[in-house]
Amino acid sequence: MKTLLFERSLPRFAAARVASALGAGRGAGVGPLRLVDAEPPELPAPDWVRVVPVLSGICGSDLATVDGRSSRYFEDLVSFPFVPGHEVVGTTEDGARVVLEPVLACAARAVDPPCPACREGRTNNCERTAFGHLRPGLQTGYCADTGGGWSAAGLVAHPSQLHAVPDAMGDEAAVLVEPAACAVHAVLSAKVRDGETVAVLGAGTLGLCATAALSHLVAQGRLPAPGALLVGARYPHQRRLAGELGATDALPADQLPRAVRRRSRSLGLGPPQRGGQRLTGGADVVLDCVGSAESIGQALAMVRPRGRVVLIGMPASVHVDLAPLWHREVSLVGAYAYGTEDAPTGAPLRTFDLAMEVVAGSDLGRLVSATYPLERFEEAVAHAGAAGRRGAVKVAFDLRHTHRRPTETKGHPR
Amino acid sequence: MSPRPGFVLEVDRSTPPTLFWHGERFALERLPEGSRVVYAPEPTDPLADPVGAIRHALTHPTGDSAPLPALLRPGMRLTVCFDDISLPLPPMEAPDARQLVIEQVLDMAAEAGVDDVVLVAALALHRRMTEAELRHALGDRVYDAFAPHGLLTQHDAEDPDNLVYLGQTDQGEDVELNKRAATSDLLVYVNINLVAMDGGHKSVATGLASYKSLRHHHNPTTMRHSRSFMDAPASELHSANWRMGRLIAASGVKVFQIETTLNTDTFPKQFAFLQRREWEWSLRDRATYAATAAALDRTPARLARQVFHSIKAPHALTSVQAGEVEAVHAVTTANVWAQQGVEVEGQTDILTMGLPYICPYNVNSIMNPILVACLGLGYFFNLYRGKPLVRQGGVLILHHPTPWEFHPAHHPSYIDFFEQVLSETTDPVRMSEEFEESFATDPWYVHLYRTGHAYHGVHPFYMWYWCAHALEHLGKVIVVGGDPRAVRRMGFAPASTLDDALELARDVVGPSPTLTHLHSPPILMADVR
Repeated sequence: MKTLLFERSLPRFAAARVASALGAGRGAGVGPLRLVDAEPPELPAPDWVRVVPVLSGICGSDLATVDGRSSRYFEDLVSFPFVPGHEVVGTTEDGARVVLEPVLACAARAVDPPCPACREGRTNNCERTAFGHLRPGLQTGYCADTGGGWSAAGLVAHPSQLHAVPDAMGDEAAVLVEPAACAVHAVLSAKVRDGETVAVLGAGTLGLCATAALSHLVAQGRLPAPGALLVGARYPHQRRLAGELGATDALPADQLPRAVRRRSRSLGLGPPQRGGQRLTGGADVVLDCVGSAESIGQALAMVRPRGRVVLIGMPASVHVDLAPLWHREVSLVGAYAYGTEDAPTGAPLRTFDLAMEVVAGSDLGRLVSATYPLERFEEAVAHAGAAGRRGAVKVAFDLRHTHRRPTETKGHPR
Repeated sequence: MSPRPGFVLEVDRSTPPTLFWHGERFALERLPEGSRVVYAPEPTDPLADPVGAIRHALTHPTGDSAPLPALLRPGMRLTVCFDDISLPLPPMEAPDARQLVIEQVLDMAAEAGVDDVVLVAALALHRRMTEAELRHALGDRVYDAFAPHGLLTQHDAEDPDNLVYLGQTDQGEDVELNKRAATSDLLVYVNINLVAMDGGHKSVATGLASYKSLRHHHNPTTMRHSRSFMDAPASELHSANWRMGRLIAASGVKVFQIETTLNTDTFPKQFAFLQRREWEWSLRDRATYAATAAALDRTPARLARQVFHSIKAPHALTSVQAGEVEAVHAVTTANVWAQQGVEVEGQTDILTMGLPYICPYNVNSIMNPILVACLGLGYFFNLYRGKPLVRQGGVLILHHPTPWEFHPAHHPSYIDFFEQVLSETTDPVRMSEEFEESFATDPWYVHLYRTGHAYHGVHPFYMWYWCAHALEHLGKVIVVGGDPRAVRRMGFAPASTLDDALELARDVVGPSPTLTHLHSPPILMADVR
């Protein structure tokens, strides 16, 4: 059955890096990703279940992987060959619709006793993602034993990884639950306080999900209300969506530092001719949904002393001047995946449960802009790599009609 | 031969294309038959002996005032204030009128033994002038005598230690002025009355005031009730300044006002065609136009801007009046109207105007979109007495490239205003209520205004308020050749060509509109009957 397989191949890895210089996602055609016929993966243990993907998203970390631009930090946390795809809505053998929580933590790995993080429900911080009865893999989609979402053959999942999808939630919405969960975790990690100014850098899927998550959690009384939620977005459709999802101001990306300065009434450093955009004060919280050297630098330039910068977008090896972080005592916080959240109000909750609420409440299914069959994976990945420029947000593989062109419905390729 | 008065041409088949300014470029447009073109009067004769005329004015004052020498005595505090870089336009060839006047004032002060003299550039909330600009306005002799000793200052409306509160007018308007000027034994104000709006009590009450004072008349309500602010009796802007001026006088501040008028000799010889009526262009004018237009088409915008901003106008002094503020200003205003006034019969459905590269707030700087709006809807629209050139609900067509471009050092708050305020509202009242205060008190703008060369944080609001009367009056504003994004941000309609603009305008004013073109600069004032 059609499957996209990512193999360890240094020449192809190098070719992908070169090709990706032409644009994100261009590595798909020449890199280690290949379309193959494959059998479904074996069940690692009797309690595991098979999941046939329905929609499987392409996210920024997938693009980095396909383009050979992921950090080498992950080398020992993945196992080859693997089937990518961790944003998955699918069906189990008994016909239940589920979304996958892809982190392969102690429970999935049959590690007993579980690590300290998993004991506390912080599965995203699991210390055993390279151990147990599975080969290394921090998530489904990076592990040789589990399969992944970019496959018609399906994947295998531990019951702890599966969340039932409500009947009222469409597939397009459900495939956004995983990125929404990342956003929920990041927003909660930011520990926003009442009246604070929050700036969001980037308005791709993660930026928009973060905007929606913050707005929704505030509306539900789960978070104190910030004084302003300013979103810097490069493209007009992103600004429109950010506004609809709750941004106080959705601005072109280059205007965000000025809006933050105005909002925080801070001074600028350096002559205005040079931009004057290094601020003396700034936003209380900056959510960096890009993860590039440039965005981290911008975040550090627009956050107030003792403010928090939360990295949601997956960074790789970047060169960043940390002098402002040191001098201004900024907290640079990583926000990886999801687990259990200590919301400021109420009992701890699974991040995915909150994400389900956010997706349903904010109608995030609208963020799915295009779907492709697996056979057109090069186009799909290239589209995802140029999503903003091409007026799209989330691009996904549609495995409902694996061998047919997509129907004239929402999510048609552009 | 005496200079010819202004003229209203009716366009017919034989009329050559009409020159439109287009920022740092020009366009020749063929106007529909029956259109009117309003031309400025030719420059009036200059004073034969400017220095002699100045000395005469100072020693033979107008109104209830003693001659200047009689007001000067040893041991007194004398402050000489003068108009800033915003006047005249373009900056005039040296020697500047301010230099000529101030040199005479200082000579008389020296003769009287006055040694406590300070010069103050009356900036209000404008940007501080550079050394080169001050030297040009005052001359090297004055600059070098005062600046090195800290005696040449620029009004700082945000310096609490150098402001003095004089009280409120009977309308509750706060009057807060430059302390040095207001506490001197004599305040001599030296103005250049380029247009009828300038001068009078506005010189001191605005030029030396703080935001606390200025907000009482620089607001949408006042601007909407200034019809026009070029016509003082019909201008609430002037009424407020006059109330403040009288309070200033009643507070014991002794003002000796010196006002000057210039003729409309606006461009140097190489641009002589800009001051001629097109059907009178000589072969040389045509050749110069063609060469200039072709060269500008190939010149990068930045370089073209530098070229134009290097132009110094051959403006010549036409009158000097000195003495009591109101009496002086009455004479000055009459002189301005005598030079610039043009009688125009009736209003028009469509008013067109080509906007040049310069306005009062972008000398040696960039004409950003807000200034384009201000020049067109604030200044040119208001160059009238009686009633506006364009009828209520009519259309104003501006010709200007309107780039989305700002000078970051001169106009930092304009950038934020354009990005953040105009994206929310173009309504002057709403923006004054929701945004003005935060811009006016923004510490970054205050810092840049005080220490750099930035206009005050509130200044872009004032520019937009200048447009308030026109915005209320007009049915549509169209910009020909402007950056569509910038034009739309301001609530105006972009058009690629004048024909397209006229097509859009007909949707508003009907299929057979009347059209009038304001052929300016040189500056003219329409006396609309």
